[in-house]
Amino acid sequence: MRMITGFIPPSAGTIKVGGFDIVESPIEAKRLIGYLPENAPAYTDMTVHGFLSFAAEIRGLRGEAKAKAVGRAVEMCFLESVQHQSVETLSKGYRHRTCFAQSIIHDPDVLVLDEPTDGLDPNQKHEVRQLIRRMGEKKAIIFSTHILEEVDAACSRAIIIDRGRIVANGTPAELRQKSEWAGAVTLSVSGTPADAITAKLGHIPSVKRSTVVDEKNGIVTVRVFPKGTANGSLAKAVAEVAQGWRVEELHTEEGRLDEVFRSITMPDTVATKEVK
Amino acid sequence: MNGWANIKTITKRELAAYFSSPLAYIFIVIFLLLCGFFTFMVGGFFERGEASLVRPFFDWHPWFYLFLVPAVGMRLWAEERRVGTLELLLTMPITAWQAIVGKFLASWLFLGLALLLTFPVIITVNYLGSPDNGIIFSGYVGSWLMAGAYLAISCITSAMTRNQVVSFILSVVICLFMILAGFPPVINLLENWAQPLVEIITSFSVITHFDGFQKGVLDSRDVIFFLSIIGFSLFTTSVIIRGHRAG
Repeated sequence: MRMITGFIPPSAGTIKVGGFDIVESPIEAKRLIGYLPENAPAYTDMTVHGFLSFAAEIRGLRGEAKAKAVGRAVEMCFLESVQHQSVETLSKGYRHRTCFAQSIIHDPDVLVLDEPTDGLDPNQKHEVRQLIRRMGEKKAIIFSTHILEEVDAACSRAIIIDRGRIVANGTPAELRQKSEWAGAVTLSVSGTPADAITAKLGHIPSVKRSTVVDEKNGIVTVRVFPKGTANGSLAKAVAEVAQGWRVEELHTEEGRLDEVFRSITMPDTVATKEVK
Repeated sequence: MNGWANIKTITKRELAAYFSSPLAYIFIVIFLLLCGFFTFMVGGFFERGEASLVRPFFDWHPWFYLFLVPAVGMRLWAEERRVGTLELLLTMPITAWQAIVGKFLASWLFLGLALLLTFPVIITVNYLGSPDNGIIFSGYVGSWLMAGAYLAISCITSAMTRNQVVSFILSVVICLFMILAGFPPVINLLENWAQPLVEIITSFSVITHFDGFQKGVLDSRDVIFFLSIIGFSLFTTSVIIRGHRAG
């Protein structure tokens, strides 16, 4: 990310932003980018309004256009109440949003956000995700996160990077398919012994294996994993076998991103990068 | 948009930063107190009985600046690195060079302002006698240029570290060397055992070059000396800043 934004020169390869190479013509490329660095730094001795005005001015906005841009960013990031407070006195959430406001002040085509929801409370996280979703309709947004639920909440494409290498690249749904959980069926039955259930399920041709997850109060929960790629047929097959049992619950699992993530990046987990 | 607009924006922000913290006011007050005290008490302004600012006033400037200028310059880059705003600044659509010049100009203008606020001294000396105001003017120009040279050196040390104290101490030491190289006792010492080197060493001293200004001589060599120190130091700063980005 620091390479995309021109902070660190790339050691190999090239980066083009909107047709401008970040090394050859950094000024033109940087003009297209809005950037929220990790930890959201801001000049602590300035007021929120002053800081945003400075950001707007350095992006080439003057007079009326500047005032408008600052007003819009303040409004989008809900900073009205602290506008004239110095950044020093703000809470982490506000500081974060101030820096976020700085990155969108010139309405950039490309937004690069390094952990935009880090250190925010659940409401603020929700707010930021909504913002990303809304702006993502018109812009290219790249953000990094360690929180996988965010990928589902805001991304159209996700890349997992492990120790500097791309190990997975696709839509969140595609990534989920890589999980062995994807398409697995969970079945809860009461009044039938566990071994009888697994034995019978084992006869279904498309079943790879079935394991007992839980057994209490006479209710047995079994997870059935499909052979090969999953489709809806497994649930149907399981439902047919289960006729005559007292089925409490039957549903198809969607596959979990965290499980995919773990299986890909083991043994040690490193940062992910998600692309909207 | 052209480069000057960017430089102006940065200069404006930096100046505002000075005056939004107590540092600026403390600096100005201390500088003025020192000037007053040394001129009238230690410098023996009245005892001399001559209408001149040279010895009692300007003579002290290299020594005041030794401590005060690094105090102004130390935060320039060290603070940016510590807080992380350096990343913000360098990913904005400006060149590193514009940022460096903008910051330097802000501090230099600030020092110029502090220097101008010593104007009561001029009024006093004009009231008491009839000094050569040309000499006073050239003294001020020289003093400001010298402050700029010190400041540029502080820029280098500030860019080298994220710790302001380290930056301060380093630039004080470097500036001290530049003063001592032309300080009479040191020159006398050198003359005893390194005769041929004396001229080279003293030519690096700010005192030697400041002397001309004090006498009212705006020698182009002295002006070029200070300006080249500024230019060279700012260039070194840009190399260091670029080095951070690679690392």
